[in-house]
Amino acid sequence: MKTIEIRWHGRGGQGAKTAALLLADVAFKFGMQVQGFPEYGPERSGAPITAYNRISDREIRVHSNIYYPDYVAVVDETLVGSVDVTAGLREDGALIINTVKTPEEAAALFPDYHGRVVALNARKISEEALGRNFPNSPMLAAVVAVSGLIPKDDFLREMRSSYQHKFAKKPEVIEGNMKALEMAYDAIGGQAR
Amino acid sequence: MRTDITKINEKTPYQDLTEGLMVFAGGTAKLFKTGEWRNNTPVWDSEKCRQCLLCTPCCPDSSIPVMSGRRGNFDYDHCKGCGICANVCPFGAITMKEGMEP
Amino acid sequence: MTNEKKMSTPAAPIPERMSGNEAVAFAIRQVNPDVMPAFPITPSTEIPQMVSSYIANGLMDTEFIPVESEHSAMSAAVGAESAGARSMTATSSAGLALMWEELLLAASNRLPIVLTLVNRTLSGPININCDHTDSMGARDTGWIQIYAENNQEVYDNYIQAYRIAEHRDVRLPVMICQDGFITSHGVQNISLLPDQPVKDFVGTYAPEEYLLNPGKPVAVGPYAVTDYVMEARKAQREAMENAKQVILDVADEFAALSGRQYGLFEEYRTADADYVMLIIGSAAGTAKEAVDELRGQGKKVGVLKLRVFRPFPEKEIAEALANCRAVAIMDRSENYSGQAGALGSEVTAGLYRQHSDILAVNYIYGLGGRDFTTEDAAAVFEELREGVEEGRPVGQYRYVGLRG
Repeated sequence: MKTIEIRWHGRGGQGAKTAALLLADVAFKFGMQVQGFPEYGPERSGAPITAYNRISDREIRVHSNIYYPDYVAVVDETLVGSVDVTAGLREDGALIINTVKTPEEAAALFPDYHGRVVALNARKISEEALGRNFPNSPMLAAVVAVSGLIPKDDFLREMRSSYQHKFAKKPEVIEGNMKALEMAYDAIGGQAR
Repeated sequence: MRTDITKINEKTPYQDLTEGLMVFAGGTAKLFKTGEWRNNTPVWDSEKCRQCLLCTPCCPDSSIPVMSGRRGNFDYDHCKGCGICANVCPFGAITMKEGMEP
Repeated sequence: MTNEKKMSTPAAPIPERMSGNEAVAFAIRQVNPDVMPAFPITPSTEIPQMVSSYIANGLMDTEFIPVESEHSAMSAAVGAESAGARSMTATSSAGLALMWEELLLAASNRLPIVLTLVNRTLSGPININCDHTDSMGARDTGWIQIYAENNQEVYDNYIQAYRIAEHRDVRLPVMICQDGFITSHGVQNISLLPDQPVKDFVGTYAPEEYLLNPGKPVAVGPYAVTDYVMEARKAQREAMENAKQVILDVADEFAALSGRQYGLFEEYRTADADYVMLIIGSAAGTAKEAVDELRGQGKKVGVLKLRVFRPFPEKEIAEALANCRAVAIMDRSENYSGQAGALGSEVTAGLYRQHSDILAVNYIYGLGGRDFTTEDAAAVFEELREGVEEGRPVGQYRYVGLRG
C-alpha cells in the first residue's frame, strides 16, 4: 500500500485533532502503521488548527508536517477563504468538506482545485444522530469512506469497540455516535466515484 | 567502601577519593582539629562557675562538653578561641588568655 | 546492585499506538521508581499527569511529590536519591533552566537520577515548540544525555536509563530526551514489552551507601577546599567516559530482550556514502526518508543519527566519518558562538583531533518547531555535493529554511 497522507483543518475545540487521533487508532487496529499528530501552538478555542495522519503498511519515519496530502478534511466550512485548505492537495485525492452545500456548489468554492470535492453535512448528521453538533465523528467516517481505507462493516465494528472503551462511563452516547458514523459513511457512498 | 578519612588529605590522588567526595562515615568532624587555629584561649575557673550553662549553647564549635547536667573543661581540640563564652558568662568564670595554651 | 550482566531472553512484544509522552509514562509505570517530584510545563506536562493517574488507579506506588517549581523538583530528586530512593522527574524548556544549579549537584554528588526531558526551546521569543536549546544548554552539567528519534526509542531509552545511571562504574544522572510535540504528542505505532521482563531488566535499586541507612552514616555534598575540586571533577569525568561502554553493554542486553539494538549512534546507509548528515532526534527519521529517495537517484548519501550526546563519542564519530567526502552537522539550537551549535563545535573539534580533512558544514535547523522536511534534507545534501564536486564555496555556518 502507498502511504496515505491526510490533512485536517478545523477550529480549536471542534475535535479535528481528536478525529485525526481516532483515525490513527482505527487504522492501527487493522494492522496498519500510523501517525496522528496536530500542529501545536498555544490552545486557542476557535482559532484555525491543523492535524495530520500518515497511514502506511511500512514504518513511518518522516516527522514533518504534510504538504502534499492525498486527502484534506475541512471540519469547518468558515475556514475556506482564510485558510488555503487545498494547498498541495493531490488531484488524484479528494477534499472532504463539512457543508450544507451540494457537491457541485462545494466544488465551486475551489476553482483552482481540479480533484474531487466531497460535500458532507456533518452538522445535520450529528444533530440528527447525537442531538448535538459534533462534526468530527461524521467527518471521520467520511474520510474512511472516501479514502477506501477500511470497509464499512469492519470500520463500524471496530469503532463500536473503541467507543465502548472511550465512553465506558456514558454508554448512552455510543449509539448516537455509531449512527452518525453510519449515516456519514452512507452519505459518502452516494458520491462515490 | 566506608571512608577512612584519616587516609584522605591534600596529597590523595583523584582515584582514591570517594564518589562525589561523599563521606561514608559519621562524626568525622571530630577528627578535624580546628583547635589548631586558636590564638586566644578561654580558661575556665571551676570555682567561680555556678554551672548555669549559659556558655554551652553559645559555643559555635560545641567545645564545652556537658555531662550529667554539668559542664566540664573546654574541648581544646576544637575550640577556636572566639571568646563568646567569656562574654556571656555572668560570673567571670571564663577569661581569655593570649596564645594557644590554656 | 543491578550491575551484573544478565542474560535476557526475548519478551513477547505488545503492539500498541501511543504518543511519546504516553510511552514514557507507560515505561515509568513499568519501572515504578520510588520517588517522582515534578512540576508541570508544556510539552512534558502529560508525563506527571499520566503517572499521577497510574498512581491514583493503584497501578504503581511511586511517591509523587507535587512541588512548587522545577528548582524544587530537582532538589527533591537529589534529596530522595541521596536518601536511597530511585528517583526521577520530567520537565521541558524553562523548567530545565530553573533546575540548572541542581543538575550540577545531582551529577557531582553522583546521584543516578533519571530525568525525562521533552525538548522545547527557551525564550525568547517565547515559544512552546521543539528545538534542543534546553538540553544543549544543560550539556555541560555532567548528565548523560540520550536522544530519541521516535516514541519507540524514548520508551526503550527510559527502560535502559537506570541500568546505565546506577552502574557502579558510572553513577551519574541520565537525561532521556525526546522532541517536544513532534514525538511527545504524535501518536505512532510502538512495540511495548510486558511488565515483568521490564522490571527484571531494570532490577531493584540497592545502593551501597545512602542517607537513610541506620548505623551507616553518610555526608552528601560536603564542602571541598581548593585541594579537592579538580580531583573530584576528574573522577566525575572518568565516570562519564566509563558510561560509553556501559551504555553499549546495557544496549546489548536490551537487544536480547527486545530485539532492538542501540549504540552511541546509528549509521544509516553510511558505509559507502560520500555525503553524510549528522543529526539528532526526530528529524533523523525525515533525513533517512530523504536518503532513501536520493539513493533511488543513485546518490551516495547517508545519515549518522547521534543517540548519545553525553558522553560525547568524538573519536567514534570521526572514525565513522573517515570515508565520506563531506558531512552536514545539524544543530537544533543556536549557541551564539559563531561556530553554529554545540554539535557543530564538538564534531568539528573531534574531526580536527583525528586529523580529518573532510568538508564539514554546520547547519542550524528547526528552531522553535520550524518544520524540517525531506526536501530540506535533500537540499543540504545537494549543497554538500556542489561544494565537493563542483568546487562551489559553501559557507561553514548556515541556517536551513531561513527567510531572507
